[in-house]
Amino acid sequence: MNIILTRRIAQVFFFVLFLWFCVVTTVGDRWFQLRGWPVNWFLQLDPLVALGTVLTTKTLYAGLAWALATIALTVFVGRFFCGWLCPFGALHQFVGWLGKRRRRHAERVALNQYHPAQVVKYYVLAALLTLALFGSLQTGWLDPIPLMQRTVNLFLLTGVEGIGAANRVYAGVWVAAAIFVIAVLLNLWIPRFYCRFICPLGALFRLLVRWTPWRIGKRQGECSGCELCENHCEGACDPFNRIRIRECLLCMNCLRACRKTLMTYGPNRSAAGEEERTGVTRRGFIVTAVSGIAAVPAFRLSGLLGENWNSGVVRPPGSLSEKEFLKRCIKCGQCMRVCPTNVIQPAGLEAGIEGWWTPVMNFRAGSSGCQLNCIACGNVCPTAAIRPFSLDEKLGRGEFASRGPIRMGTAFVDRNRCLPWAMDVPCIVCQENCPVSPKAIYIEEEYRVIRNGRVVIKAVSDTAIEIESVGWKPDQLATGDYFLRIESDPDDERRQIVGNTADSIRVAAGNAWAEPPAEGDYAVVEVRLQRPLVDVQRCIGCGICQHECPVSGLRAIRVTAENESRTPSHSLTVRSVN
Amino acid sequence: MTDPTKDPMNRRDFLGRAARAGALALGAGAAGFLLRDSKGPAAVEAVPRVTLPDFSIASEGSKLSIVTGSDRVKTVRRAVQALGGIETFIKPGDRVLLKVNAAFASAPSLSATAHPDLVAEVTRLCFGAGASSVVVTDNPINDPQSCFALSGIAKAAEKAGARVILPRPEYFKPTTLDGGVLIRDWPLLFEPFEGVTKLIGIAPVKDHHRSGASMSMKNWYGLLGGRRNVFHQDIHTIIYELAKLVRPTLVILDGTTTMLTNGPTGGSLDDLKVTNTMIAGTDQVAVDAFGATLLGKTAADLTFITKAAEGGLGTVDYEALHPARDHVT
Repeated sequence: MNIILTRRIAQVFFFVLFLWFCVVTTVGDRWFQLRGWPVNWFLQLDPLVALGTVLTTKTLYAGLAWALATIALTVFVGRFFCGWLCPFGALHQFVGWLGKRRRRHAERVALNQYHPAQVVKYYVLAALLTLALFGSLQTGWLDPIPLMQRTVNLFLLTGVEGIGAANRVYAGVWVAAAIFVIAVLLNLWIPRFYCRFICPLGALFRLLVRWTPWRIGKRQGECSGCELCENHCEGACDPFNRIRIRECLLCMNCLRACRKTLMTYGPNRSAAGEEERTGVTRRGFIVTAVSGIAAVPAFRLSGLLGENWNSGVVRPPGSLSEKEFLKRCIKCGQCMRVCPTNVIQPAGLEAGIEGWWTPVMNFRAGSSGCQLNCIACGNVCPTAAIRPFSLDEKLGRGEFASRGPIRMGTAFVDRNRCLPWAMDVPCIVCQENCPVSPKAIYIEEEYRVIRNGRVVIKAVSDTAIEIESVGWKPDQLATGDYFLRIESDPDDERRQIVGNTADSIRVAAGNAWAEPPAEGDYAVVEVRLQRPLVDVQRCIGCGICQHECPVSGLRAIRVTAENESRTPSHSLTVRSVN
Repeated sequence: MTDPTKDPMNRRDFLGRAARAGALALGAGAAGFLLRDSKGPAAVEAVPRVTLPDFSIASEGSKLSIVTGSDRVKTVRRAVQALGGIETFIKPGDRVLLKVNAAFASAPSLSATAHPDLVAEVTRLCFGAGASSVVVTDNPINDPQSCFALSGIAKAAEKAGARVILPRPEYFKPTTLDGGVLIRDWPLLFEPFEGVTKLIGIAPVKDHHRSGASMSMKNWYGLLGGRRNVFHQDIHTIIYELAKLVRPTLVILDGTTTMLTNGPTGGSLDDLKVTNTMIAGTDQVAVDAFGATLLGKTAADLTFITKAAEGGLGTVDYEALHPARDHVT
C-alpha cells in the first residue's frame, strides 16, 4: 500500500471519526449516544487548546494532556496532525482538489507557490497567545478543531434527521457558519488557503518542527525541474527549491509525484537546502504582541467584568465566575450540543466581544429550561469553563447540603405583564412548573372585583339574582374562578358562580342564601386570583417558569443572573441561603 | 447543414425563433392565468381539521374497580380483571395507544409521571389480549426526550414491546370540539393516533394548584400542542372540554403513591403519601371523583369534575356504579 493511499485512509478515518463523535454527543446510554464515547478527543489532541488554557490558568486540565502526545509526535515526525488527522484540513484538501482538478500543470504549480502573506498565521497565533497570556482566551475563534466542532454540531448536523442535533435552533449561528463557509470556499481560490494563511494551530505546529529528525527533502540538489512535486504540494512549501520545512504538512504527495523518486522522507536534510525562517519580522511581532496586550484592557473597558456586568448573561450551571470562565471557554459548543433541551445557546455580543459564542441560557429557545436532574454540560466541557459537577452538588444534597443548590440566577415576576398581577386573569403556570421542592414560586390568593363587577340587584330568587345587564356573555362567569358577594351580607360570604346570563347570576343549589338579599342591594362579582411570588431562598434560576409562561413574547417571569452561585458579589440576600 | 447564426437572412431560422418566443410568451401567460388569485390571502389560513374517534365501548357502559395493594403490576391486573378482563376491551388485532403522563423529567420514585412498571404491565396485558401494536405517547412539559428517559417509561415500554412516539411539530393537527369554547382549531397530537383503535389513559394522582388535582381527565392536556398554557386561564373548562374531546376505552388512575403537595411537579419524597390504590374504569368522571378522595378532597371541591358530570360525561357518584373492590398482596 502506498503512502498516499495510507494518508487518504487516515484522513477519511479521522474525518468520519470526528463526525461520529459529533453525532453521539447526545445525552443517553445507547451505543449511538453519549455513554462512554470520547467526544472531546479531537479538542484534547489540539495543542492550541492546551497551550491557551495553560497560559490563562497555569494548569493543564484533565484530558487536555492528550495534546502532549500530539506535541511529542510532531517534534519528531513533523506536522502529521495537519496532513493526516485534522478533519478541517481534510475538508480543505478535498475542496481544494475540487477547485484545481481542471487546471493545467503550470497553473497548479503557480497556485502552490509560497506566498509572503503566509506569514499572517504567525501573527494570528502571536495575537491569540498574547491575549491568552493576559487572561482572555480567544483561540477558539480560529482554532480549527473548536471551529469545526461548533460548526458541524450546531450548524450542519441540525439539518440531519434522526440524530440528537436535528431541528435545533442556535441563536446567531450564521456568524459561526459564515466563518466556516468562507474558510471552506477560499480553497477554490487557493488550495488549503486556511491552512496556509490563517490557521493558528498550524502556526504553532510550524514552530515545533524546526528540529524534526525526520523530514521531507530532495535526495540530490539538481533535478530536471519538472515541478511535478510543486504541482501536488499541499503545504506550498517549495519542495523543488529550498524546502520551507515549516510549511510542509506531510501530505507526501511529492514522494509519489517525482518520476525520478528524488523526494524522500527520512533523516537527511534536503540536498537542495532548507528554508527554516518563518518570515516573521521583529517589528511585526512586536506590533502584534503589543496589540494583543492592549486588546485585553480595551475589551474590558466595557466594564462587563465589574460593575457593568450584564445580568442578562445567565451561564449554565457549574460555570466559573465570569473572569475565570473567559480564561477557559474555547467556544467549541460542546455544551450547546449536549444540552438535552437546547436551552444553552451561543452568546452574541451580550457577554462582550470576548464572550462571543460562549454558552448562555436562553429560556425562550429550546424545549424547556435547565432540567433539574441533568448535569451533561459540566461533564462534557473539555476545559472546565463549566466545571464537572455532580447531581448532588447541583441539587445541594449530601455533602453539598450546607452550600445549597447551584443557582444560575433568579426568576423575577414582571407584575406589569403577569396575567394575574396585571390583568386579573387566573394563570400560575409558572408555579405549577417550578421543579424545586418545596416550590420556589408560591402564590398569594386574592379576590378582586372584576371590571363593572359592582351591580345593583333587581330581583332575587333562591339561588340567583337579576341585575342590570353589563354585557356578560352567558356562563362567562361560570369557570369556577368567579364568586358572588352581597355587600349587605353580614357573613360576607363568597359564593361560587355556576352560571350567568347577561342580566342574571346563579350560584349552586347547595349555596343558597340563608337571608335573601333585598332588591336595590349591591352585589359584587369577584375573581379568585392566585398570584405568583418568587422565594429567592429557593429559586435556582432554571428558567422552566420563563419557558412555560403563556405571555409568549417578552415573558412575564424572567430569569436574570442575580444571585447566581458563581459570583458571590451578585448575591441578592444578606443572609446565606441555607 | 449551414450554421443559422452565420446566415443573416434565413426564413426557417426566423420562423423557428418566432415559434419558440411565442411558446414562451404563451407558457408564461398560461402559468399566470392558472396561478391568478384576485382576492389575496385570507387573514387566517384555514387548515384542515382532524377529529379524534370515540374509543369507548358503548356496550360496556360505566364500570369502575378499586384495588388496594402496593404492587402496581398485581393491582392493575386485578383491577382490569374486575372490569371483566382485558379481553373485554382489547380484541385481537387492536392497535392500542397508551396516553401516559410523562410531563416531567423526573425519576419514577417521585411519582410525577406514570410509573414504568404500570405502563409495561398494561402493554403486556394488551399484547396478551392479542393487540397487534401498542403505542405510548405524550407531549410533555419538560424536554420530551429527557421526560421519557428519566421517567423510565421509554425503556419499560419498549422492553414490553410498545413503540414510544415522541412529539414532533408535524405530528400536531388542528382540532375543534363541537360546542367547545376553548378547543377551537387547536393543535392536537394526532399523528400517533393513526390507525389506532383503542385508547387507554394512564395517570398518577397528583396535587395541582390551579385546578385542585391532576388525574385522568387532566392527563389529556398532554395531547394538546401549541402554547397550551394559555388555557390555565380557564382550567376547569379546558379539562372539561378535554374529557369531552377524548373518549377513551379505559382509564387507569394510579394512586399507589399520591402526590399531596408541591404538585404537579413534586420533586421530593416528602410530597408523597403511600395510598396503595389502583383505580380502573370506563367512566373517567367517576374514576377522578374517587381519585379526589385520595387527595383528601371531594368531587365537589373540584369544579372540573362538577362540570364534566353536568356535561353528561360521567357520574360523580362513583358508588352508584357499584365498584368492584379488592385487595392484593
